[in-house]
Amino acid sequence: MAELQMLSQDAPVSLPGEYLLEVKNLKKYFPIHGGVLRRHVGDVKAVDDVSFTLKKGETLGIVGESGCGKSTTGRMIMRVLDSTSGSIMFNGKDITKIRGNHLRTLRQQFQMVFQDPYSSLNPRMNVGTLIAEPLVVNHKGSRAEIRDEVARLLEVVGLSPDARLRFPHEFSGGQRQRIAIARALALRPSLIVADEAVSALDVSIQAQVLNLLADLRKEFGLSYVFISHNLAVVKHISDRVGVMYLGRMAEIADKKSLYANPLHPYTQALLSAAPEPKRHQSRERIVLTGDVPSPAKPPSGCAFHTRCPKVMDVCRVERPELIAYNDQHQVACHLYS
Amino acid sequence: MSEPLLKVKNLKTYFTSRHSQVKAVDGVDFVVGKGRVLGIVGESGSGKSMTSLSIMGLVPGPQGKIVEGEILLEDMDLVKLSDKQMENVRGNLVSMIFQEPMTALNPVLTIGEQISEMLIKHRSMRKSEAMAKAIEMLRSVGFARAEQIVKEYPHQLSGGMRQRAMIAMAMSCEPKLLIADEPTTALDVTIQAQVLELMKDLRDRTGTSVVLITHDLGVIAEMADDMIVMYGGQVVESGTADDVFEVTLHPYTKALLASIPVIDEERDRLYAIPGTVPSAANFPVGCRFADRCSLVETRCRETMPELQEVRTGHWVRCHLVTK
Repeated sequence: MAELQMLSQDAPVSLPGEYLLEVKNLKKYFPIHGGVLRRHVGDVKAVDDVSFTLKKGETLGIVGESGCGKSTTGRMIMRVLDSTSGSIMFNGKDITKIRGNHLRTLRQQFQMVFQDPYSSLNPRMNVGTLIAEPLVVNHKGSRAEIRDEVARLLEVVGLSPDARLRFPHEFSGGQRQRIAIARALALRPSLIVADEAVSALDVSIQAQVLNLLADLRKEFGLSYVFISHNLAVVKHISDRVGVMYLGRMAEIADKKSLYANPLHPYTQALLSAAPEPKRHQSRERIVLTGDVPSPAKPPSGCAFHTRCPKVMDVCRVERPELIAYNDQHQVACHLYS
Repeated sequence: MSEPLLKVKNLKTYFTSRHSQVKAVDGVDFVVGKGRVLGIVGESGSGKSMTSLSIMGLVPGPQGKIVEGEILLEDMDLVKLSDKQMENVRGNLVSMIFQEPMTALNPVLTIGEQISEMLIKHRSMRKSEAMAKAIEMLRSVGFARAEQIVKEYPHQLSGGMRQRAMIAMAMSCEPKLLIADEPTTALDVTIQAQVLELMKDLRDRTGTSVVLITHDLGVIAEMADDMIVMYGGQVVESGTADDVFEVTLHPYTKALLASIPVIDEERDRLYAIPGTVPSAANFPVGCRFADRCSLVETRCRETMPELQEVRTGHWVRCHLVTK
């Protein structure tokens, strides 16, 4: 039985449509309860009507500041968090309603890598057990087969075979992130959601992990949803990039046009604010005033209008829809409608 | 370079226990000019934060100790001062802001009380006078409704606002030197831009010298006049920021710059420095970067290179880089 499952996993799957992932009108509202009776008084609109697609083998970067809903989106795709409404089509199948055993089987195909490898690995398990755990839980092969598979995974992520018997605390941050990646790869997923996967690492180590992710993508034909606050890192690893602000997708485009020709005033400000390791920047810096508003009380109309340098009257009342600027580039801004 | 304000000479801060000696800072020299911004860049464990804590006299004892060296603020050696005298220096002549303002601010005191506390202590102001000064300081860091902010508690402010309040507090006694340890690392990009802009503006207005410690070369490029690159508790390269960025000489600095993704250019593959930072408890005899350096030679492993002035004002610790 176990053998059979492994075989069917490896067999090429014919895909309905070209998209591995299709997210449509995804929403996540966290209810706020207030008053003596704990009545429902409002919602934190963490993700508010977000749509995007991911092709097979593609990397989609999602950037935004804290509270923009990028992690919530990632966690909904992983089904760690239930969505309020909207659909997530994975391989042509809506996964938002799937539960129980079906979900467990399906989950083998999408895995997650977290920011902090210090808290995402059980400190009491040795590395061999950690990487074998997903295989054991899903009954993938005999003990000997699993041991071989663990050895292979360690090699794939660039760790020595004797790492198997050591514990997470014996490794540095970068090595721990490699262990987390090996664990995510164990079930041969087709999609990996990486949530700030390199943000806690020193730059020299960050480069090692980014290169590893790029290699693995080629080797295993993986697709990534790469969530980060770092614009340069996202640009480096992604094919397409989505910019989120206050639970909404402000702009989404292929990497080249987004960075060369950012349309949304928020994207423009974000790009101009990122400090680059070069002297005498030619770019004009746009310094936004104020803070990101609370997602519990988002501004009316366009959520960015309170900080936007190009704000118009219509922005205060009407919420801009995400529209196609050209076939590669979508933007939600009244300047372009 | 302008007149020097702070001179750090051969600073060594070690942590000693029965079993080991950790050389967190191991012979660091640098100068901060009056009104200049000195950037200190390095990865975790390079000793950059411990250097700043040494200047502040805040090295965690009893294991941690400045074992050698001088820290001269104008002509006063901070290493030789008593705890009592040091208390008068901190917040008064030298102030510091930290990465996480929430842990640096007292959660049960209002912002106004925390700022005025310093003014009452160091400037012997009366309470009302100090509160008025606190409002003025908050206004100067960009709070429009400063009168209300003084009555608020730290948890009522956002991360960027807290960091600005910290800066207001640090600047309230008009210190000669401001040490900022990763001041924007915990902040979002657009908020980071606000705080950096504010720090530049304050420097221009008050002429305070700044030591800016960060792992982010982008922030250094943006802010620093002079910079030092630290590795393994030592300075490996120092000079004006223009020199170090435009005529990068040390292999470590070069590798660091090549390992970061940059928005303005397409890098197919990043340069990954192999291996990890050596442990401060067990440094190799020779160059501390030797094990990760692509240009390593036999002599690098045998003798420690000296920090040499290779071009005017541009110092490098490498056997392979000479005049």
